[in-house]
Amino acid sequence: MSGDYASLIAAARAGGAERRRLALAIALGFGAVVAAGGLLATSGYLISRAAQRPEILALSVAIVGVRAFALARAVLRYGERLASHDAALRLLGRVRASFYRRLAPLVPGDLGAAGAVGSATRGATGIDPHAGRRGGPGEDLGGGPRGGDLLSRFVGDVDALQDLYLRALAPPIVAALAICAAALAAWLILPAAGPVVFVCLLLAATVVPALAALLSASAGRRQAPARAALTDELVETIAGASELAVAGRAGERIARLRAADARLARLARRDGLAAGAATALASAATGASVVAVLLVAVPAAHSGALAGVLVAALALLVLAAFEALAPLPLAARRMHACARAAGRLQELTDREPSVRDPARPRALPAAGELVVRDVSARYAPEEPWVLEHVSLRLAPGRRVALVGPSGAGKTTLAQLLVRFRDPDAGGVSIGGVDLRELTQEDVRRAVTYAAQDAHLFNTTVRENVLLARRSASEAELWEALAAAGAAEWVRSLPDGLDTLVGENGAVLSGGQRQRIALARALLSDARLLVLDEPTAHLDRASAAAVMSDIVAGAGERGVLAITHCDVAAELFDELWELRGGILYKVK
Amino acid sequence: MHGVPATRRRRLDRRLLRESRAARAQLLLAGALGVAMALTVVAQAALLAHVIASAAVHHTALERLTGALVALAGVIMARALLAGAFESSGRIGATRVMSELRGRLAEQLLVRAPIGRAADRTGELAAAAVQGVDALEAYFAGYLPQLVLAAAVPGAILVWVLGIDAIAAGLLALTIPLLIVFMILVGKGAQARARARWWALALLSGHFLDVVRGLPTLRAFRRETAQAQTLERVGEHYRAETMGTLRIAFLSALVLELCAMVGTALVAVTIGLQLDGGHLGLQAGLTVLLLAPELYGPLRAIGQQFHASTDGMAAAERIFAVLDAPAALAAPERLLAPGAVNATGTATVGGISVAVSSPAATPDAREPESAPDPASEPLRFEGVSFVYPDRPELVLHGLDLELHPGRATALVGATGAGKSTVAALALRLADPTAGRVSCDGRDLREIAPEAWRARVAWVPQRTRLFAGALAENIALAAPRAPRARILAAAHDAGLDELLARLPDGLDTRVGEGGRGLSAGQAQRVGLARAFLSGASLVVLDEPTAHLDADTAAAVGAAIERLAAGRTMLLITHDARLARIAETVVTLAAGRVAETPVRALA
Repeated sequence: MSGDYASLIAAARAGGAERRRLALAIALGFGAVVAAGGLLATSGYLISRAAQRPEILALSVAIVGVRAFALARAVLRYGERLASHDAALRLLGRVRASFYRRLAPLVPGDLGAAGAVGSATRGATGIDPHAGRRGGPGEDLGGGPRGGDLLSRFVGDVDALQDLYLRALAPPIVAALAICAAALAAWLILPAAGPVVFVCLLLAATVVPALAALLSASAGRRQAPARAALTDELVETIAGASELAVAGRAGERIARLRAADARLARLARRDGLAAGAATALASAATGASVVAVLLVAVPAAHSGALAGVLVAALALLVLAAFEALAPLPLAARRMHACARAAGRLQELTDREPSVRDPARPRALPAAGELVVRDVSARYAPEEPWVLEHVSLRLAPGRRVALVGPSGAGKTTLAQLLVRFRDPDAGGVSIGGVDLRELTQEDVRRAVTYAAQDAHLFNTTVRENVLLARRSASEAELWEALAAAGAAEWVRSLPDGLDTLVGENGAVLSGGQRQRIALARALLSDARLLVLDEPTAHLDRASAAAVMSDIVAGAGERGVLAITHCDVAAELFDELWELRGGILYKVK
Repeated sequence: MHGVPATRRRRLDRRLLRESRAARAQLLLAGALGVAMALTVVAQAALLAHVIASAAVHHTALERLTGALVALAGVIMARALLAGAFESSGRIGATRVMSELRGRLAEQLLVRAPIGRAADRTGELAAAAVQGVDALEAYFAGYLPQLVLAAAVPGAILVWVLGIDAIAAGLLALTIPLLIVFMILVGKGAQARARARWWALALLSGHFLDVVRGLPTLRAFRRETAQAQTLERVGEHYRAETMGTLRIAFLSALVLELCAMVGTALVAVTIGLQLDGGHLGLQAGLTVLLLAPELYGPLRAIGQQFHASTDGMAAAERIFAVLDAPAALAAPERLLAPGAVNATGTATVGGISVAVSSPAATPDAREPESAPDPASEPLRFEGVSFVYPDRPELVLHGLDLELHPGRATALVGATGAGKSTVAALALRLADPTAGRVSCDGRDLREIAPEAWRARVAWVPQRTRLFAGALAENIALAAPRAPRARILAAAHDAGLDELLARLPDGLDTRVGEGGRGLSAGQAQRVGLARAFLSGASLVVLDEPTAHLDADTAAAVGAAIERLAAGRTMLLITHDARLARIAETVVTLAAGRVAETPVRALA
C-alpha cells in the first residue's frame, strides 16, 4: 500500500504543469472558507457590540463587513468551482497523454505477462474480481490476464486520477490553510485561544477521518466480493429461470439467493453503522471544539483579558472553520482510490519494454528479403516453446501461405516479423540486417502487419483506411478497398467513405470490419505484408474471392497470409503448415 | 440518468412507501429522529447563546456557568448520537428495502412467470437489482431523511425565533420560499451541468479507450506518436467546450449561495439594529444568529440529495416493471413466501413437500406420485388457445394434440407458428388462455407445477450451463444422483469424448468463470440432464438449431437413444431429426395443419 502512495506522488508530479491553476483553485477555495468564517465572526461581533447600544455609526464598519463577507463568500465559491473544474479537465488530458506514451512501447508484446502479475497480486489481496462489470473509474477491474480487460482497466485507472487534485489533494490543503488561519485569528483575539483552536481543529481533521476510514474499510472490503457473488447468482438465476423451474430447483435457488442477499445485507448493515458512527464523531468534534474554546474564553472575559464583544466572534469562528473540514473523509477515500489506481498504473508502465530500439540503429536496407532463421520463442523461460527452430523466407513479389490450427503459434511468428516481440533463439533479418539492429519504426516501414483483431477506430471508413498512409490519394484508397473486396459495399453506403464505423466497428459486420482492416494493410507502402486471418468471418466463397484479390492486389510486394482454414494452394508460391510450433513445408 | 419525470417520480415515491414495509418503518424512524434532532439544534443554539451572552455582558465566572456548559456538552453529544443514528438507519433501511425487492424479483421470475421474456434483459435486470442498492441508498439514506429534516429543523427554528423576535422570524420565513425557488433553478442548472460534464467525460473516455485499444494497430502503422498529440488536442477541445457550459451552469449555484449568505447577513444586521434599539437582549439575538445557518443547511442539502436519488428511482422503476408483469401461470403458487421454507430445507407447496437444499432431502421429495404419469397416460391438448400477456395476438388457436405414451411426436412448422408455446404449456411454464391441457384426465392446472415438472425434462435450443462442476450441471434435476448414474447419463448423451479430454473429468468447472463448452457439448449436457432426470416426458425445443451438420447428426443419435421408452415432444426444423419421431405434426398459425400419422418403417 505504501508503494501505491509512492506511485501516487509520481502521478501527481505528472500533472505538475497545472500547478498554477491548482494553486488558484485552492486559493479561491481558501478564500471562500475565510469569507464564511469572517461572516459568522463579524456577525457575532456586530451583535455583541450592538447589545452595548452604541451610536449606529459605530456599527457601520461591522455591518459593511458582514455584507462584504457574505458577497465575497458566494463569488469566491463560484470562482473556485470554475478554476477547479478547469484544472481537472486540463490535468486529465495531460495525464492521459503521459500514461499513453508510457504504455505504447509495451503493446502488445508485454501486456500478457503484466496482466498475469496484476491479477495474481489482486487475487492475493482479495479484491473483488467482478468489479470490472461495473466498470466505473477507480474500481478494481480485475479478471485475468486478457489484454482487453487490462486496457480497459488502464483507461479506468487513468481517468480515476483526474479526481486526484480536485477531490483528493485540494480539500486537505484548503483544510490545513483554514486551520492555520482560524488558529491565527483566534490567537489575535485571545492568545490562549490560538493553540486550543489549532489542536481541536487538527484533531478533528485527522483523527475523525482516520477513524471513519478505519470503521468503513473492513466492511467495505468484504462488501465487494459479497456483491459480486450476489450479482453472479442473480444473473444466472434470471437467465436460467425457466430451466431451473423445470428442473425443480426454483425453491433451492431462491433460498440460495436469499442467503447471498443476507450476507450482503449483513455487511451493508455494518457499513451503515460505521457511517453513522463517523457522522456522530464529526458532529461531536464540532461541538466539543466550541465548548473547549468557551472554557478558555469565559475565564478570559471574566478576568478582562478578553473584551466581552469578542466572545461570540471566537465561538462562531470555530464553528465556521469546521466547514473546511467537512470534505475530508470523502477526500481520504478518494485519495485511497487514486493511490490504488496509481499503483496499478505504475506496475504496468514500470515494466521495461522487451522490445527496444538499438542505441545506434543501422539504416534500413533498400531492398532484400525477410529471413526467419532457426527461430524459437516462448512466453517465459519455464513455459513450453511456442515456436521451435522455425525458418522461413519472404521475398518481395512472393506469395506465401501459412496455415495451422489455432494455438499453433502463427500469430507469435507474425509478431516476430514486425518486432512486436523478439525471438528467444535464432533471428529475423531484412536485407541481411537483423531486425534488432533497426529501429522499430524502420522495421514496420518495411513490413506491415494486419492483426487478426485489427482495431477499427471510432471514426470514418476513410480515416480508418488512411491510417496506413496519410498521403494516399483518393484513387489509391479505392484501389485498396477494391482489393480487399470492400469497394462495392462502401460505395453503396449512404455516406460512402465518410460512414462512421462505431466503437471498434460496432456498426459493421465481422466480415466488413475484416475487409476495412485488410484495405488498410493493402494501402500501406510497406514492401512486405503479413496478414493474420484476412478472411475470417467470411463465407467460403467470399473468402476465396478475397484471397485471390489479395494475391492479385499485392503487386510487387511480398505477402504472408496466415489462416487456420484451407487455402487454395494454387494461389501461392509456397504453402507452409505450422503445427505445435514446428513448421512443415506443404508446397 | 435523469429520466424519471416528476409525476412518475411522485407515484414511485408513494409506491415505494406503500409496498415496502421496510421503507415505511424507515420513514417513521427518520421522522422521529428528525424531530429529536430539530430539538437538539434549537437547544444547542439557546445554551451556546446563554453561555456567550453571560460571559460577554456579565463577565460571569466559569464556575457559575458549569451547569450550562455541562448541559451544552450533553446536548452536543445527544445531537451527535442522533445524527449518527439518522445516518445509520437510512443506510440500513435502504439495504432492507432492496433485499425485499430483490427477493420478490427472483420469486416473480422463478415461480410466478418463468416464461417471461426477462431473460432478454438479464444484465439490465441484475444491474438494477444489485447496483440499485447503491442508488436507493441515496434515496433512503439521503433524500428521504433530508426531506424529514428539511421540514422538522426549519419548523422548530422558526417557532423558537418567533418566540424571541417577530421581525427576525419574518425575515427568515421570507427567505425560505426564495431559497426553494432558487434551489429548483439550481437543480435545473445542476442537471445541465452534470449532463455537460458527463458528456465531455464520456466522449473523452471513449476516445481514450478507443486509442488505447487500438495501440497495436497504431504501432503496426507507426502512428502511435502522432496519436499522443491528438489525445491532448481532443482533450483541450472538450475542456474549452465544457467550461463554456459550466460558466453558465454554476451561475445558479452562485445565486443560491448568495441567497443563503445574504439571508444570514440580513438577519445579523437586523438583529444588530434591534439590539441597538434596545428591543432585544444579546442572548436572544445570538440565538437567532446561531440558528440562521442551521435553518438553511437542511434546505440546501435537499437539492443535492434530490438529484443523487434519481438513479435509485430509476432502479426501483425497472424492478417494479418486472414485478408488474402479469403471471404466466393461472394459479401462481406462493411457494416461497418467507417462512414456507422450514429448517429442514423443504418448502411446502399446496401440501407437497419440496426439496430445497438440505442434503437429507432427495429429489424424490418432489413426490411425482401425486401427478399423473405421461409414461402411461396420454398428454392431451384440447381446444388450447394462448395469448402472451403483453402481446395482442393469439399464439395458439384452438389446438388439439395428443402425445401418446412412450412415443415421440415431432412438431414442425414455420417460425412463430407457436411451437415453443406448446413446449411451455407441456412443461407448465405457462397455462392456456382457453381450453385445457390434461394427463390421465386431470387438468394440469389442478396439479402443483413442481409435481408436474418432476415428470418432465426439457432440452432447450441452447442449454444453459450453471456455474459449478460438470457433474452438478448434469444432475440439475436430480441433485442427489449417485456418480455412477451421472457417468452413465454422460455416456448416453455422448459426452465420453469430452470427459476424456477434461483434466478434472466430471469435476471440471463449467459455466460462468469455468471452462467454456461448445454449443454441441452444451446440448449434450442438456441431453444428459434428460437421461438422468428419470422424467417420463421429454420436451426438446430445436435442440440442434445452433449446431453444424456433423454435430447435429451426432446429437440426433443421442436424442434417438433418449426417445427409447419415453414420451417425447420434439420441436425441430431439421427434417432428418424429425424422422426419429413416430408422429410428425405440422403447426401453422396456432393450430395443427395436418396430422399425417406416419408409421416408422
